Amino acid sequence: MDTETMAEETRPKRPIRWHVGVFLAPAVLVYTAIMILPLFGTLQLSLFRNIEQHQVFVGLGNFGTLFGDPNWSVNFWNALRNNVWFFIIHMLVQNPIGILLAALLSSPRLRFAAFYRTAIFVPTILSFVIVGFAWKLILSPIWGVAPHLMDFVGLKSFFTAWLGKEQYALTALSLVSVWQFVGIPMMLIYAALLSIPDEVIEAAECDGVTGMAQFWKIKLPLILPSIGIISILTFVGNFNAFDLIYTAQGALAGPNYSTDILGTFLYRAFFGFQLQVGDPNMGAAIATIMFLIILGGVCVYLFLVQTRLRRYQF
Amino acid sequence: MSTATRSLPRTIGAHAILLTYTVIALFPVILVIVNSFKSRAGIFGAPLTPPTPKTFDLIGYTTVFGQGDFFHYFQNSLVVTVASLFFVLLFGAMAAFALSEYRFRGNTLMGLYLALGIMIPIRLGTVAILQLMVATGLVNTLTALILVYTAQGLPLAIFILSEFMKQVSDDLKNAGRIDGLSEYTIFFRLVLPLVRPAMATVAVFTMIPIWNDLWFPLILAPSEETKTVTLGAQLFLGQFVTNWNAILAALSLAILPVLILYVIFSRQLIRGITSGAVK
Repeated sequence: MDTETMAEETRPKRPIRWHVGVFLAPAVLVYTAIMILPLFGTLQLSLFRNIEQHQVFVGLGNFGTLFGDPNWSVNFWNALRNNVWFFIIHMLVQNPIGILLAALLSSPRLRFAAFYRTAIFVPTILSFVIVGFAWKLILSPIWGVAPHLMDFVGLKSFFTAWLGKEQYALTALSLVSVWQFVGIPMMLIYAALLSIPDEVIEAAECDGVTGMAQFWKIKLPLILPSIGIISILTFVGNFNAFDLIYTAQGALAGPNYSTDILGTFLYRAFFGFQLQVGDPNMGAAIATIMFLIILGGVCVYLFLVQTRLRRYQF
Repeated sequence: MSTATRSLPRTIGAHAILLTYTVIALFPVILVIVNSFKSRAGIFGAPLTPPTPKTFDLIGYTTVFGQGDFFHYFQNSLVVTVASLFFVLLFGAMAAFALSEYRFRGNTLMGLYLALGIMIPIRLGTVAILQLMVATGLVNTLTALILVYTAQGLPLAIFILSEFMKQVSDDLKNAGRIDGLSEYTIFFRLVLPLVRPAMATVAVFTMIPIWNDLWFPLILAPSEETKTVTLGAQLFLGQFVTNWNAILAALSLAILPVLILYVIFSRQLIRGITSGAVK
């Protein structure tokens, strides 16, 4: 008999702590029933196909169709490519601007910091419907606000109906999304910068490290974990995006599918559009791919990025 | 040396950049609101000037109030948001308390299980969620939306609240136990009031995505009876593509409630973010 069971026996038997179960039950039940089970249900559905009103197991057949059948694969690869570009723009534009704004906001004794902070965060709280439509109106050549403004800086000749041109529409919408969400990286980085202790900054100043050099050599290494977090948040958000494209360009993600991303592709596959009937199984297959992409991203972050980032305890 | 960090050109530069970005952030919002008070000629003739007596016109607002049932949509959104918020906060706080207060077998595992939903979006389960709602007859009810949003909000709520509940002093809870308070009383009377600031932060984070969501109302509750304001605005805007007065008025009406709430709660929200509640 090992010591553990001995201890069990000698210890007075504890009553079952029902309250622990009572505290946990509602959250666990709702979360499991509405989130986890449907998630696995969707993964399972992707392995079946509806043949003559019966769900037939087809293994990875739906994925074969998705990757290989020209009716699906052309749209799928297009949506995936567009989604990657959508993500790249966010990483290259949104996050650096967010870091820049946070760095400026956190400079000591800056006046009106609270005002700037509040104002720059405003777009983030607005719904996609408002953002999508407001920008659609602004960029519309009918209203003429955008060309009018560009005239001020002498760039009027560069104006074109960006949302209507295949080669520009996706980039334009990505930038609108950047405009909306730049507040999130700004706030998280701002919080990280504020948590750097004054002693560290003072020590740097004593050594003559100030201004830009101070930011690059002292602060940036200290906020790397936060940059990791905003990157993975951006990744998950982008590969799950739908609303902005849907409100600005509709379910068909025009012009000619040039702004189609995985979210809108999933919506069309699931619900059907124009002449095509909705197909829950193909929808589930697309959702499964999105799940795997997001899971992959999260795993890369958790196991490769996060463990290698050095965290400093103050 | 320290003067270098706050030299005049540097400060001016910082203000110039921040001010430029503030203008970029606010310009579209202001543009929409300002133009919603103008006549059609005013909107197109001089989009960048504020309404003058000549161009001032409320025709857009009259159209919106005459056409869409916005008040009803607004009510639906309010019911869904408030009910989901209530359940997220109540269930989330209870689960967070269980995880942070008691040591039981599988505690860590349960914590990880509940944290899964922070990274994996609930939207990916939509196909099966719709089947579930069809099977239980909940399609086109606000209950369906409330259930989904409660499940969606719980993971982050539990994660943030359990961090805060770990900081509540053990002595206080044990004193309560010695006085013969039940575990339920300790939770509701002692712990909940102490984590109220954290609850407010969670409330704001939970509320914004629920209020603004388009995907689930579109899929689970698109009927006239259950439309939320976001979905209603989307359909309305689609119908009135050429009526710019009505569109701008509808957009302004959709912006204003959120903007007012934000101005009231921004201090709370920003304090929540900067206190490191989200890591």
